[in-house]
Amino acid sequence: MTSEGIGASVRRKEDYRFLTGNGHYLDDINRQGQAHASFVRSPHAAAKINGIDISNATNAPGVIAVFTGKDLADDGIGPLICGWAITSKNGDAHNAPAHPALAVDTVRYVGDAVAIVIAETLEQAKDGAEQVAVDYEELPAVASPVGAMSASSPLVHDDAPGNLCYDWEIGDKAETDAAFEKAAHVTHMDIVNNRLIPNAVEPRAAIGEYDVGGDNLTLYTTSQNPHVARLVLSAFNGVAPEHKLRVIAPDVGGGFGSKIFIYAEETVCLWAARKVRQPVKWTAARSESFQTDAHGRDHVSKAELALDADGKFLGLRVNTVANMGAYLSTFATCVPSYLYATLLAGQYTTPAIYCDVQAVFTNTTPVDAYRGAGRPEATFVIERLVEQAAKETGRDPAELRRINMVPVDAFPYQTPVIQQYDCGNYGAALDVALDKADYAGFAQRRSDAEARGKRRGIGFSSYIEACGIAPSAAVGALGGGVGLWESGQIRFNPTGNVTIFTGSHSHGQGHETTFAQIVATRLGVAVENVEVVHGDTDKVMFGMGTYGSRSAAVGGSALCKAADKIVEKGMKIAAHILEASEDDIEFTDGNFTVAGTDKTMSIGEVAFAAYVPHNYPEGVEPGLNETAFYDPLNFSFPAGTHICEVEIDPDTGSVEIVNYTAIDDFGTVINPMIVEGQVHGGVAQGVGQALLEGCVYDDAGQLLTGSFMDYAMPRASTVPSIDVGMTETPSPLNPLGVKGCGEAGAIAAPAATINAVVDALWDLGVRDVPMPATASAVWQTIQSAAQAAE
Amino acid sequence: MPVTVSMTVNGKAVSGEVEPRTLLVQFIRENLKLTGTHVGCDTSQCGACVVHIDGTSVKSCTVLAMQAEGSEVNTIESLATNDELHPMQAAFRENHGLQCGFCTPGMVMSAVDLVKENPDPSEQEIREWLEGNICRCTGYHNIVKSIKAGAEAMRS
Repeated sequence: MTSEGIGASVRRKEDYRFLTGNGHYLDDINRQGQAHASFVRSPHAAAKINGIDISNATNAPGVIAVFTGKDLADDGIGPLICGWAITSKNGDAHNAPAHPALAVDTVRYVGDAVAIVIAETLEQAKDGAEQVAVDYEELPAVASPVGAMSASSPLVHDDAPGNLCYDWEIGDKAETDAAFEKAAHVTHMDIVNNRLIPNAVEPRAAIGEYDVGGDNLTLYTTSQNPHVARLVLSAFNGVAPEHKLRVIAPDVGGGFGSKIFIYAEETVCLWAARKVRQPVKWTAARSESFQTDAHGRDHVSKAELALDADGKFLGLRVNTVANMGAYLSTFATCVPSYLYATLLAGQYTTPAIYCDVQAVFTNTTPVDAYRGAGRPEATFVIERLVEQAAKETGRDPAELRRINMVPVDAFPYQTPVIQQYDCGNYGAALDVALDKADYAGFAQRRSDAEARGKRRGIGFSSYIEACGIAPSAAVGALGGGVGLWESGQIRFNPTGNVTIFTGSHSHGQGHETTFAQIVATRLGVAVENVEVVHGDTDKVMFGMGTYGSRSAAVGGSALCKAADKIVEKGMKIAAHILEASEDDIEFTDGNFTVAGTDKTMSIGEVAFAAYVPHNYPEGVEPGLNETAFYDPLNFSFPAGTHICEVEIDPDTGSVEIVNYTAIDDFGTVINPMIVEGQVHGGVAQGVGQALLEGCVYDDAGQLLTGSFMDYAMPRASTVPSIDVGMTETPSPLNPLGVKGCGEAGAIAAPAATINAVVDALWDLGVRDVPMPATASAVWQTIQSAAQAAE
Repeated sequence: MPVTVSMTVNGKAVSGEVEPRTLLVQFIRENLKLTGTHVGCDTSQCGACVVHIDGTSVKSCTVLAMQAEGSEVNTIESLATNDELHPMQAAFRENHGLQCGFCTPGMVMSAVDLVKENPDPSEQEIREWLEGNICRCTGYHNIVKSIKAGAEAMRS
């Protein structure tokens, strides 16, 4: 390892501009002649639109135009799409009712957009939006996913009977039922995975711009995947052909999944720019983010784990109801199916698994991938069950996990639910975690806490995730509408420095640094001489973007392939100039050397020769610029054990995390500083889910948690310091050996935290605590347990 | 009816015509084109817009531009001198106290004011001081570490 190559905690190249206020986030961009947009939104969860009167708005000061859903439809702008097809048990395709970008005759959730008002200033646009008179006829609404399945529930879409999107299954039901028949013990649980609101601190925003001369459109957008946005806006929404549309995602202030999707506002601003022949800018107010950024989680499950007399897991049976919201967001359908139930084996050798999932529509904001996407829900089901089973059977929770873990010599390991795990050492991570968390000393700490009147508990979460999504053929076979490869391009400039272009997108992950480290290591160029370009469809040839912890495993691997091509071509050039056979040239640390001699050329000199090819091998093209596409061979499978230790004040129910230990196996680590930062952030989101965050709708479908005043975000004083460590089993399936680190914390932490809370209260008769385990919820749980005991 | 506001921003006398309802953060971003100060919410919760008014950290979305009339305002753009980062900025870089960077200007401006009031804050004091600054990326772990280090650098 060099001081700045793979494995070094290189300080980030991007930080200077962010620290000095010189970042270019979307709202910082203003285009010549720009107009401003404000959206008119439904205040009702369900209503029929009897009419929209735009006359006052059209005549309001500064207003340039007002458009409704009818205008979009008249222009042939297609509805928003869902790009993943799920087939129900009975062979039916999933139900996908039309999702117009602006509602036409019915609104289906609070925040559903019905019109756009475009004006000279933002204030005028907002004032104009107030003047749009929509004649709503309120309809009954349903917000709860279980409620939506009842026969008496109102229908969110007339063409979705039973509010059902799909009823899907995975695993062998008969075999699983048989496993339960022979169980010595069965643990049953009702498990709710609370609904979350992503809340990247930068709100979503867009500028649509039309170039009359070239008939070109440009969309500036807060996107995690600008090429996918261009593809969808072209192929499905029909806003412009792909070659006439440029999508730019500049500095983006966090995504966590919520900026993957192709939303109504971006689509409408782009379309409207051509209509008004002016750039049209929209930036979400935070209240709009709460109402319209795709929410996460919202599962209601019944789960059972069967164990034999020795504690070995025999079978896992799960039924899950998943809330899709009012419409299907871009990748909504795959989250509670292939990103969830295929992970239900966890780290264990459970031989029989069956899960069925009913995905349902409700009058709520669409639900889609949020940090972890399906895998936190799977981990929560498994790890709550395992912990509960340990308690019910009187076993040590760490040991129960250990005896059921996939052993080191069993890889590649085929689970009963599609996935084949490539590698891992789950016991090693557990051991390190037990040691770092001082599990042996817990009993003493618990009795010390008791002496202070506090209840102390410890909880485990041995999680697994599938990252680096994903082999394109597998994605296609499972219903995905895209390929999930990545592209990378390495361009040496004549003076020897390097510009690399990646289809991955960085919105906090630090790719400008880590990708430079990869190229620096592979090609022997200083990190400071490598510039990373991303987020612009006119600069980067193509890309699938950043989500599912895929950037290093897939995007980084594409750059490795491109680097190999650079070296291959450099060999030819160096051999010619050094007058040696290509077979005799060695490439190390950025130098091409004739083996056994001191005849050498740096890669910079080779680059110069490639652009000034006066003395150059015959048949070799000038220039040193290579591109590669990389399609992964499999998912990667990061895994680890997190241990959370809490103290609870039984008089108030308040929970304090006193220790949090995270031991993760991410394979090869490129930049430990950045990887640890990803774990910190993920754990904070997971702890937030466990203790603080919960999106609440009332029965009428009103969003009660619609601002930072009402939705409890983790703050500095409400999340703990986190003790992070790593074990390392490099993935054999990609050239870097990396697995992905972006989501682990959010996946592992909810179960570790709730397990700790339940452990603290078990002796009081508490058997479960809902998320978020707020002081009020914990106190109520303690009181209920006390009453039940009387 | 537009009004004229005048103040000193980052050491320069500035003035502009604004609607009376214009917030200070809008005046800074839109009139002065100083876009380092960010807007992350509409309820004065997130703290991405923290600036200093007469030396004290203030959420510039809670103040009308007119209320800052005659004040000395400093934004994130004022901290580094001649391309050299302020010790607090340098500490954030060194300790990976930022990821997406969007909350960072507010965090740094808030931290500088903390250290002015309390030159050697404890971890708990730092965490409590940051009550009004939301970060979604870092889990605050490295922000707290950065501020500790930044405070030490500012003391020396």
